[in-house]
Amino acid sequence: MLAVHEALQPLPAEAVPPAIEVNHLTKAFYDSEGDRVTVAVSDVSFTVARGEFVCIVGPSGCGKTTVLRILADLEEQLGGTVKLNSATPPAMVFQEASVLPWLTVAENIAFPLSLKGVSRVEQDARVRELLALTGLTDFAKARPHQLSGGMKQRVSVARALVDDRDILLMDEPFGALDEQTRLVLQQELLRIWETTGKTVVFITHSVDEALTLADRVIVMSPRPGTLVANLTVPFERPRDVVEMRRDKRFWDMTYEVWRLLASPVGA
Amino acid sequence: MSATPVTLTEEQWRRLKAPARRERIFRIASYFSPLLLLLLWELASQFNLIDRRFFPAPSAIAGTAWRMTVSLELFDHIGATLRRVAIGYAMGAVPGIVLGLILGLSRPVRRLLGPIFAALYPVPKIAILPLILLVFGVGDASKFVVIAIGVFFLMLYNTMSGVMQTPQIYMDVAKNAGATRLQTFWRIAFPAALPSIFTGLKLAAGSSYIIIAAAEFLGARSGVGFFIWASWQTFAVSRMFVGIVVISAMGYLTILALEALERRFVPWAKH
Repeated sequence: MLAVHEALQPLPAEAVPPAIEVNHLTKAFYDSEGDRVTVAVSDVSFTVARGEFVCIVGPSGCGKTTVLRILADLEEQLGGTVKLNSATPPAMVFQEASVLPWLTVAENIAFPLSLKGVSRVEQDARVRELLALTGLTDFAKARPHQLSGGMKQRVSVARALVDDRDILLMDEPFGALDEQTRLVLQQELLRIWETTGKTVVFITHSVDEALTLADRVIVMSPRPGTLVANLTVPFERPRDVVEMRRDKRFWDMTYEVWRLLASPVGA
Repeated sequence: MSATPVTLTEEQWRRLKAPARRERIFRIASYFSPLLLLLLWELASQFNLIDRRFFPAPSAIAGTAWRMTVSLELFDHIGATLRRVAIGYAMGAVPGIVLGLILGLSRPVRRLLGPIFAALYPVPKIAILPLILLVFGVGDASKFVVIAIGVFFLMLYNTMSGVMQTPQIYMDVAKNAGATRLQTFWRIAFPAALPSIFTGLKLAAGSSYIIIAAAEFLGARSGVGFFIWASWQTFAVSRMFVGIVVISAMGYLTILALEALERRFVPWAKH
């Protein structure tokens, strides 16, 4: 009787397959000149739920970018499995200037659509939406060399959103920006994420940034990169990137993550 | 960012604009500096400081040029040379660019075919002209071929290095956006290599005129190169100089045209 009753209940959240499942992921690089193998990622496992915002934080060289590149199918793993439960391949926002210099802002944003042969009218309509969403409307016809670093990263974000894929992979997209620009873009990213409900994996070396953005923070150790901690970030949404810094929990968590990063691998 | 309007005094305006004005003056002066050399030559020739039989005064050369222009004699030669250069240039540039893109993109192809091109490249194009004349005859075909060979290698190497210098991130962007191999080829590798392609096109234009001059010396009945050679044989030094000036001007104008195209199609390259 009880069993039947339970079966009638809606499925609990855990039963919905996660958007991303990474199991025992390992990646190594071989340097033929020094005849040396460098293990970049060692036995990393984690899952990301549908619509979740996860940040992976770790020191440079910990293999966090490698993990993301494997998720994006830009790199092949040596061992372990990666499963993406998504109808579309993931879209990537790269860390440096990935905006194509020979195209205008609008053409850059339309690039994935134009490759698929989407009609001009449809492309234009979609690009207009994204220009508005990312605050680039006045720069539609500008060339990348006329833009600031922050503007270029807006273009990258817009391009990754243009064909509406389920999963967004972001590789330190704001790493090279100044503090003010970064805060503005973080706030905008949160706004966009809240309206689109995408699954996001965001790489950063900034603990501060990870806590500002994420539902969950995955902490990685220095090379060979492995998982040290998996912390749930408790702040309510929608968040205000400036106001949340008045919350004492923010600084307690900052301290906790810093301690994890500073200590040698415990796991 | 301040909202307070700032008013500049006359003196401040002048100081702010001074570097730009200086730049403008130098640019204008730079157009005239070659004329100074011409003036020196004219004076040296007029006062017999240099042998007039070998170096007639620019004014005398200009007179000859004028007569040849009026008689339309010059234009047939210019037309013949231009046609040979244009056809040979296109015959060399198109396969050079396409192969350069392929070799630049594909490491296996580069490994396989690279050594063949590397072995052929150092052969001086003028040195194989007799061979080409043998195979293609003394007609225009041999001129097209020898220019095409010279242009081909310059375009191949410049395009290839342009592709190889393309930041990996552009390739990653293409792959992530779902580009096919052909789309990566035309939409990423080609535009990324365009600045290098234009460098190659300008170098190739210069070398085309060197090659055509030599080729027309040897086996032609028309063209500016033939005209220079024929003038030399009849010791018409003044006419010879006209030929030299004309072919130099043709090369110069070709490069100006290519630079205009470069500004139009590669507006991002200077940044």
